[in-house]
Amino acid sequence: MTLFGRLTWGSIPFNEPIPLITSLVMMLAIAAIAFWVWRKGWWPYLWSEYITSPDHKRIGVMYIVLGLLMFVRGFADAIMMRAQQSLAIGASQGYLPPEHYNQIFSAHGTIMIFFVAMPLVIGFMNFVVPLQLGVRDVAFPTMNNVSFWLTASGALLVNLSLFLGEFARTGWLAFPPLSEKAFSPGVGVDYYLVALQISGVGTVLTGVNFVTTILKIRAPGMSYLRMPVFCWTALASNLLIIAAFPVLTVSLALLMLDRYLGFHFFTNDGGGNSMLYMNLIWVWGHPEVYILVLPAFGIYSEVAATFSGKPLFGYRSMVFATLFICIVSFCVWLHHFFTMGAGANVNAVFGIASMIIGIPTGVKIYNWLFTMYGGRLRFNVPVYYLIGFMLLFVGGGLTGVLLAIPPVDFITHNTLFLVAHFHHVIIPGVVFAIFAGYHYWFPKAFGFTLDERLGKAVFWCWFIGFNLAFMPLYVLGFWGGTRRLQHISDPSWAPWLHVAFLGAAIIGLGLALTVVQLLYSIKTRDRRMDVTGDPWDGRTLEWLTLSPPPHYNFAVLPDVHGEEAYWTRKQTAIKQDQLIKEPDYQPIEMPVNTPTGVIVAFFASVCGFAIIWYIWWLAILGLIGAFAIFVWYAWRDEHEHIIPVEEVRANARERRRIRMEHLHQLSQSV
Amino acid sequence: MTSEAASIGLTHGGSEDTGLGHRGPESKSIVVPYGFWLFVLSDMVLFSALFATYATLTHATDGGPTALELFSRKLVAVETIALLMSSFVCGLAIITAKRSNMLWTQVWLLLTGLLGAVFLFIELYEFGSMIAEGAGPQRSAFLSAFFTLVGCHGAHVTAGLLWLGTMMAQIWAKGFKQHILRRLLCFSIFWHALDIIWVAIFTIVYLIGTLP
Repeated sequence: MTLFGRLTWGSIPFNEPIPLITSLVMMLAIAAIAFWVWRKGWWPYLWSEYITSPDHKRIGVMYIVLGLLMFVRGFADAIMMRAQQSLAIGASQGYLPPEHYNQIFSAHGTIMIFFVAMPLVIGFMNFVVPLQLGVRDVAFPTMNNVSFWLTASGALLVNLSLFLGEFARTGWLAFPPLSEKAFSPGVGVDYYLVALQISGVGTVLTGVNFVTTILKIRAPGMSYLRMPVFCWTALASNLLIIAAFPVLTVSLALLMLDRYLGFHFFTNDGGGNSMLYMNLIWVWGHPEVYILVLPAFGIYSEVAATFSGKPLFGYRSMVFATLFICIVSFCVWLHHFFTMGAGANVNAVFGIASMIIGIPTGVKIYNWLFTMYGGRLRFNVPVYYLIGFMLLFVGGGLTGVLLAIPPVDFITHNTLFLVAHFHHVIIPGVVFAIFAGYHYWFPKAFGFTLDERLGKAVFWCWFIGFNLAFMPLYVLGFWGGTRRLQHISDPSWAPWLHVAFLGAAIIGLGLALTVVQLLYSIKTRDRRMDVTGDPWDGRTLEWLTLSPPPHYNFAVLPDVHGEEAYWTRKQTAIKQDQLIKEPDYQPIEMPVNTPTGVIVAFFASVCGFAIIWYIWWLAILGLIGAFAIFVWYAWRDEHEHIIPVEEVRANARERRRIRMEHLHQLSQSV
Repeated sequence: MTSEAASIGLTHGGSEDTGLGHRGPESKSIVVPYGFWLFVLSDMVLFSALFATYATLTHATDGGPTALELFSRKLVAVETIALLMSSFVCGLAIITAKRSNMLWTQVWLLLTGLLGAVFLFIELYEFGSMIAEGAGPQRSAFLSAFFTLVGCHGAHVTAGLLWLGTMMAQIWAKGFKQHILRRLLCFSIFWHALDIIWVAIFTIVYLIGTLP
């Protein structure tokens, strides 16, 4: 046993140019950005306003930035796979050797689910839920900051695997026995396991935080059935996190025990049972799909109502459908492995359950359609994504129903048909929603809207690129094409694979245009300032406050009457041509900043790194450090700082002045 | 009594929130234990996955020792009594903390910790003797599942002891402040929850396992 465990100079991939150069470029880029921020003198601002901030809006923005950065990484993996498959046909072997290709598809899935979709969805929940509930922050603001940094710590470890060692070659769920020590002796699977355990802790804490917030911290009068649908979907999603993520923790922990201590849970010998892992991980894995897609449905609901200028059609049926999905999502996990051979009756039960869960989703689609029906639809970017989503998602859902029929699944299991199916639901379902939400709430976060023309160009890149990239995979899947092929032996597949590559390239163009759109929108922001705080003629409480909102969101918690809290209030004000009577302002208590989150995540990263490389002394040091910072934090005496009433009043009066001006314009136009 | 307890944040105060939400945001004395209950629920889910694993693998002994050959009801009885007593004493500590009685709070908390340590010591002794007999976790899938389920509970008890020690120091240094009492309440929720899990382990692993 050496001082640095199994870490040696040989761990750096000197003979593999692709990961070496990529990681060097990444490190240079990070160093350059850090230097640039230092030159601009922005570090103190970043430190106090973002890194150590317990403010849910700032944490939400950090989650979204993390998710978008990781999106670039995940997309780079995707385009490399498409390139390899469109090159390595027949006599050609392409440019990626199998051991590298396997790491890429594993990293793509892991990153896209855990470090792209999850941070983006959680980021939107962070930013939006307290605002929509009409309150000042989540239930546990500091813990919220800790959650974010633990997620970031997991992302850091996954990316570190590019430079030190390797990543898992075992697919995004690391199925044993392949992922056991005997068949995957390297550090790849350990990177995977440790990174997901650390970020998983952050996710469970987020779940606890948001369920508590939604059930216990709402503005006066905001009863359950007055909450916006996005809050309902966030509630369902976080209930699923609390109930499902511990099972992921267990599955990964048992695999770690097998690998580190020679236990026999999933091994071929010693009585181990690898199908146990499949059951455990999919008991988490299927609800995970809904953890991601339910908040996405929430975003679509907000977009549909706002841009149609109508209340959401069938609000109560929407709530009911959401909660029905929340429960039934735990009753379908076996459809991921009908081929296990559990018997016809078991397969039939899970097949039928999988079809039933499509029904509430259908209810939602009709609700959105009826919301749009008879409305005065405004075609802003989010509406493009809403309509694109409905067109595509129905198709993805139908192939899902096909896969839910066990005899069909026996033929299509682990084929490109399956790959096409889940991209067909996740991209329109989750990614389109994320882009819709990004355009919808961007002005609330930064005070100006994004450029619409470029936004629509990005949408068309996604819409066309998606169809070109994934429809060919349905065809190849029917022809028997299995997933995760590093080399294609049948030359007749070539045209389809080339089309798929073209599709991925168009999506890449869309991502590049997203960056252009952001930079252009920042540069020309004076043209699109959101002065009123209500750029889309919104219906929910986040549009009541200014853009960007003050730290405390609302000078006085809004008093809620009826559904669509803000819309009612706004219409009354327009009719009477005056705002509600000026309330009695009070000083506001807000939680203080703390570096606890970032320090805990530092020690968690150190400890995780040490466990991956068998550097036991360092692992113990990391644990002690994390415990010490917790005790230090628990010893603090100052919990809140007070915002003086003069400041609150001055800000609120300024907001009222702006609102009054706006109101006069509106009243005259009525 | 109830109002006194509620005023210092030691009970849930019987939240009257009916979901109609007229009250606005709840106070910290309700929000903090509520959030902690949710965490405990997630911990229960974690254990339920371990129970399911144990149930699946309980006959996968790979020709090695079985539950019937390994477990002794006597040892487990002592262990159980120590843990349940520990919870009872923890309840006494909460009562004295309510009355801001430093000496007795510290005494009861110390006793809580000592009884927990006795439980842990017996568990480690059991683990040690099993490993010495060649019935360690590497022997078979059944034993892997046993050591993980029972060991995970033991790890929780260890973490609880660490927490308890920190709490005792904190009460000593800072007195019975509101937020410290809330923490003490969370600790007691945690400690009782570990009892519930132990009762399930006791039944499913030891009682059913030693049925002839």
